[in-house]
Amino acid sequence: MVEYFLIPAVQILIIFLVLLLFVAYATYLERKVVAFMQVRLGPMRVGPYGLLQPIADAVKLMFKEDIVPAGADKWIFMFAPVITMIPAFTVFSVIPFSDSHTTVFGYPVHLYITDVNVGILFVLALSSIGVFGIILGGWSSNSKYPLLGSLRSAAQMVSYEVAMGFAIVSVLIYSRSLSMIDIVNAQKDMGWWFAVIQPIGFFIYLICGVAETNRAPFDLPEAESELVAGFHTEYSGFRFAIYFMAEYANMILISSIAATLFWGGWLSPFPNVKALSFLQVVPGVVWFFLKVFFFMYLYIWLRATLPRFRYDQLMRVGWKYLIPISIGNVILTAVLRLYFRT
Amino acid sequence: MADVEEKVITALHDHDTFLDSSELIINMGPQHPATHGVYRVRLHLDGEKVLGAESYIGYLHRGVEKLGEHGDYRHYGPILDRMDYVASVSNNLGYCEAVEKLLGVQIPPRAQYLRVILTELQRIASHLVWLGTHAMDIGAMTIFLYCFREREKILNIFEKYFGARLTTNSFRIGGLQFDTYDGFEAECLDFCNDFPRRIAEYEQILSDNRIWIGRTRGIGILKAEDAIALGVTGPVLRGSGVKFDIRKAFPYECYADLDFDIPIGEMGDTYDRYLVRNEEMRQSRRIVMQAIEKLPDGPIMGKVTKVIRPPAGEVYHAIEAPKGELGFFVVSDGTTTPYRTRIRPPSFVNLQALPPMVRGQLVADVVAIIGTIDIVLGEIDR
Repeated sequence: MVEYFLIPAVQILIIFLVLLLFVAYATYLERKVVAFMQVRLGPMRVGPYGLLQPIADAVKLMFKEDIVPAGADKWIFMFAPVITMIPAFTVFSVIPFSDSHTTVFGYPVHLYITDVNVGILFVLALSSIGVFGIILGGWSSNSKYPLLGSLRSAAQMVSYEVAMGFAIVSVLIYSRSLSMIDIVNAQKDMGWWFAVIQPIGFFIYLICGVAETNRAPFDLPEAESELVAGFHTEYSGFRFAIYFMAEYANMILISSIAATLFWGGWLSPFPNVKALSFLQVVPGVVWFFLKVFFFMYLYIWLRATLPRFRYDQLMRVGWKYLIPISIGNVILTAVLRLYFRT
Repeated sequence: MADVEEKVITALHDHDTFLDSSELIINMGPQHPATHGVYRVRLHLDGEKVLGAESYIGYLHRGVEKLGEHGDYRHYGPILDRMDYVASVSNNLGYCEAVEKLLGVQIPPRAQYLRVILTELQRIASHLVWLGTHAMDIGAMTIFLYCFREREKILNIFEKYFGARLTTNSFRIGGLQFDTYDGFEAECLDFCNDFPRRIAEYEQILSDNRIWIGRTRGIGILKAEDAIALGVTGPVLRGSGVKFDIRKAFPYECYADLDFDIPIGEMGDTYDRYLVRNEEMRQSRRIVMQAIEKLPDGPIMGKVTKVIRPPAGEVYHAIEAPKGELGFFVVSDGTTTPYRTRIRPPSFVNLQALPPMVRGQLVADVVAIIGTIDIVLGEIDR
């Protein structure tokens, strides 16, 4: 009873709350980093160095009027943000933050909620559900800009998921398991991060990850200068905040998966090199979050630097370059794996 | 107006080959982040493709031309500041010169040089606003703040000299009101010395960026003959490869004594216009440096009576404003109030080129093309 219900429930609660905090402070990080790149200061007013800004934002959005436009499909309109947010948070149940475990009241407790033997499939399945919330939200708004935005995002997410899937397959060929824990352990056994063994796959995953989360330079669905705010133009108040939270949760998610699959999850750099064993003093969870932080920073960096792709260019990059390259990479990996068994 | 609109719509339907798909009509503006003010363009879309576009203007109409007929000749300056509000110095220059031409006044050389320095600084500031907003429309948001950082320095010089940053009421009929403050030349030179490094920074971010090239190369092509037929002027015309600049063609002030080049484009696409404006900023910097070097001493005000009462007659005078040919047609009936002031604003005429440029492009390109024309609604609607 305690082992199967109480402990997971507490675990889920803690991880969810920590995640919410991370999501809130991801917005702060983004605003600060972009601000420093743009020779300004970013939020400075609420709390020291604006540290309370995310909380102030959340409170403000919660008290705002929840507007449903005339002619909108009310129930779908109200439910769509939730459809986007739930998968974004649920996926974290299979992300291994670290393999260390303690015992609480005689029961072992891990730093992850569960280890599913089809972990990565679960991730892919759930993250594809998120796009429904975007399509439905844009469509049910009864407005033209959100409709265009949601059309774009549907096309974009579907086409980039393919290349992303192939990039992940190339990792799976080496790990021989779909479980996230086993994937990290496989990297430990090999002594290399998969980013070193699979540079092409890693690169494709990174690009697709940016596109999946609708971030610059692939932020077409919400391209401010063209489609006002894209699919969430008509949303206000907390429903808007839910979309926003889902976007940042997805960013953290994509970064976490990148860290797990390609950068060895909780492993320290070069885990098998004796000379670097002192790095293992740092707990695995710290390594994990450092890696996630790096990928988050990369996303923000890209946003501050690059102009936006056009819709057709985005499709061209996806279908003409990324998908063929990723398929070729899978075939190449498989052949290498077959002939050079390790 | 109504029959023009009808013609446009029937013309659109004539080449409507999409029998099965109905076109989507979308209003971009008047409140839209990329229309640079209260400009509205009605787009006919087939999916993401633009079949046609119609401009709707007048949301910022304040009757600037009519206001000119009510005050003294001198009272018109502050109103004109509100026309092209990112280049108010140029507006004033055009008007003052038109009235001076009507009066037959020669303004002293020192005033001429100072006017040139200030208008060229204003040209740089205006182009910086253009570059920042244009890049932001295409998604590169950092460059916007970089451009505003440099513009700030120019505005600081303006603030010290004119006492205002944006609506400067710069010049007086017959010359200038103030001589320079101490350190004016040094501050201008300081800016000029720093500026090439900054332009290089912008170009480093954009010029070789594959996404930027993809978004601007071959987009919104305006052929030279079309540009001339539409009456387009300024960097848009020069981007199409026509070497026409009023500063060279009909030199005013002391431009004849100064050495500068007129950059032109080849294809007439958005990228060419980007390069042309960047080069213009460099040339403006050259002009400012030369003018400061040659800046003569002497009076700053010509011989103008207290009450300005030009002889009856009319005059048209055009200057090269940052956005193109800014013309003033002033009619005097011999009293102290202009009988008629007609303004030819460059943005208004250049905007005509938008519908032919966007036809057949994608929605995202409309934003890039509006940006590349560099419109200011205060000037279009007047």
